[in-house]
Amino acid sequence: MTPAIEVSGLGKRYGGVQALDGVDLEVAQGEFFALLGPNGAGKTTLISILAGLARPDRGEARVMGHHVVRDYRAARRALGVVPQELVFDPFFTVRETLRIQSGYFGLTHNDAWIDEILDHLDLTAKANANMRTLSGGMKRRVLVAQALVHRPPVIILDEPTAGVDVELRQGLWAFIRRLNQAGHTIVLTTHYLEEAETLCSRVAMLKSGRVVALDTTANLLAGLSGVHLKVRLEPDRLPEALRARALPVSGGLQVIALERAALVADALAALRAEGIQVLDVQLEQPDLEEAFLRLVGREERAA
Amino acid sequence: MSGFLTLLRKELLRFWKVAFQTVAAPILTAALYLLVFSHVLEAHVQVYPGVSYTAFLVPGLAMMSLLQNAFANTSSSLIQSKITGNIVFVLLTPLSHAELYWAYICAAVVRGVMVGAGVFAVTLITGPVPLPHPLWAAAFAVLGGGILGALGLIAGIWADKFDQLAAFQNFVIVPLTFLSGVFYSVHSLPPFWQAASHLNPFFYMIDGFRYGFFGVSDIAPLTGLCIVGATFGGLSFVSLRLLRSGWKLRS
Repeated sequence: MTPAIEVSGLGKRYGGVQALDGVDLEVAQGEFFALLGPNGAGKTTLISILAGLARPDRGEARVMGHHVVRDYRAARRALGVVPQELVFDPFFTVRETLRIQSGYFGLTHNDAWIDEILDHLDLTAKANANMRTLSGGMKRRVLVAQALVHRPPVIILDEPTAGVDVELRQGLWAFIRRLNQAGHTIVLTTHYLEEAETLCSRVAMLKSGRVVALDTTANLLAGLSGVHLKVRLEPDRLPEALRARALPVSGGLQVIALERAALVADALAALRAEGIQVLDVQLEQPDLEEAFLRLVGREERAA
Repeated sequence: MSGFLTLLRKELLRFWKVAFQTVAAPILTAALYLLVFSHVLEAHVQVYPGVSYTAFLVPGLAMMSLLQNAFANTSSSLIQSKITGNIVFVLLTPLSHAELYWAYICAAVVRGVMVGAGVFAVTLITGPVPLPHPLWAAAFAVLGGGILGALGLIAGIWADKFDQLAAFQNFVIVPLTFLSGVFYSVHSLPPFWQAASHLNPFFYMIDGFRYGFFGVSDIAPLTGLCIVGATFGGLSFVSLRLLRSGWKLRS
């Protein structure tokens, strides 16, 4: 089966910044896929190239088998993109906006589908309201609706829940999950690891324009479930048993990496057994940035 | 085709929803010019024999308004879409470069012609205005609107800020329209400025348009039409190349 998204050797430079540095990626049809990474990792650049908003310097990208530059019309028909910025045209109402967007794709009698999308996104009551009068959350939902007017097989959402309240976020995810069950391929970018965790079957992590990890969500999370135990010690030295787990000292605290929170008791016991006093204890979940560092390290060891 | 029609319709609605500013206001401005200039100069100036100064002024003012509003339509639409970011809704679609171009240009011509026709209609109050060659007038009106629409498109894509666009309008478009013979015949100028006027494409648009009204012009109308047509062809070629390259629109 043709992959929904196929990217090979993709490179893009903006001035002095290498936004993408040789990205290879394949997303199968029907997948729920997450692109993770810190700001500046290249997520939005990758999406922009797929959507035709940016041109690659090298490499190729295809959506449902259609080359995004050479066969841009077919590629764009196959793709719905929800942009990150809350953009709208203040001249029009919600329904006008969706009719215009349908028309751009050559769909002139699309009202039945528009009504269905409005209903699913809880926008029916606002159908005739001007875009200017909508709240941020509603504008976000209209952006989702705009991306769906032409029933694209592949849907990309760039940070869809940034600045969206919790209740709406749940509703939005329920809707997107339904689209996925109906056969749409979903790709989303997010900062929130837990969103990827609950929704996505596969995850790619980008850093500095490269894919640093690409695996099923379950496998990746297995590597990320640890905690950092930070302790102030008297005397300030770690016993032999814990030295293998030591990370660089941070703020005068010794940092010990543990695979599971349950190992904290063992670590404290090891300190006590050596007669080392614990003056201060902090427990931290590694954030995404640290998760990255660990993943990069694992990749390098594997290589 | 329907993608083109949708974008055209959207561009038409964009100015029509605020027609008070985009159509009525420029008509009023032109009417004020006509009122003041014709009142002051009617007794003193005769450009073509047997044509009163007021009658001479009408087609020039109508065309000047047409041209300025055709420019305003594409340039303001593009800069607004770029600054608010909603240009992305057009860029994400399968619309071809040519569909995009012609939709913007047609909308610009429609607004220009509406304003020009409005100015003409208002001036009928001052007395009947002859129009012996309406097809010549129409040809120059449409091509002139197209030229300014294309210039507005290029300026709108080029400009990153409203003040850059305003500078383009104030320092390029307005001087060229004013110095194109709207208020005088270039034959009344000293030889140097007469020659300079012949380098101004706006001169040919106004002159040819005026031929439709009086059957008299500074340049043979067919020559003028060729020059104006070639200018539009050249600008269309450049615009389409820019759109294809994604200049300033696709990074």
